[in-house]
Amino acid sequence: MADETIDVKGLTCPRPLVETKKKLKSMQTGKTLDIIGDHGPSKKEIPEMMKEQGQEILYVKDEGKAWRVGIRKKV
Amino acid sequence: MSKATIVLFSGDLDKALAAFVIATGAAASGWDVVLFFTFWGINLVRDPKKKAKKPKDMMSNMFGMMMPNGADALTLSKMHMAGMGTAMMKSRMKAKKVQPLKDMIKDAKELGVKFLVCDMSMDIMGLQKSEFIKEVDEIVGVGTYLKESKDANLTLFI
Repeated sequence: MADETIDVKGLTCPRPLVETKKKLKSMQTGKTLDIIGDHGPSKKEIPEMMKEQGQEILYVKDEGKAWRVGIRKKV
Repeated sequence: MSKATIVLFSGDLDKALAAFVIATGAAASGWDVVLFFTFWGINLVRDPKKKAKKPKDMMSNMFGMMMPNGADALTLSKMHMAGMGTAMMKSRMKAKKVQPLKDMIKDAKELGVKFLVCDMSMDIMGLQKSEFIKEVDEIVGVGTYLKESKDANLTLFI
């Protein structure tokens, strides 16, 4: 189980990315975040952009029409 | 770190939305983002609830009345159709869960986007800093925009 979860289903560009960043900002280093969403491009872009910022990507998986991305806050 | 500087020249809803999608997207991706509001773009940072602190001349008052007062008052650059098109676009945005411009401005600020306003445009349009939203950081000249852009990877004029 992740420490924190956000549901960005139904949200479109750039909100899944923005909500992920806002949530990560409020979290302590070492904590994990589980994001569930259904905006297509964000499934690829959230892991890419968060990895570039030094975060650890734990998983990217499909759940029916939705996806889940897991991130550990490193910085 | 990557950096973007965006000149917001237009005071149109559609163009401002594009600028804020890029600005908040970049900020969420860890970029430094600087917005430079100039000419019609200044109307985006007007706060309709705030008043000018210093007295204004007649031309300044007229300009102030004729231009959109704040992010909520912007209209589409195309298909405005006396307000019908803009209203349709706003309801469509709501249905598709696209944030209103006002919320994007708040998000941008929360993610560290810098809001700079062009001093010369302010002068021409007779606007004062006391009439702006609290998100505005500084009133600056073109030199600051150039200085900020020198080490930017991306600079846009919208």
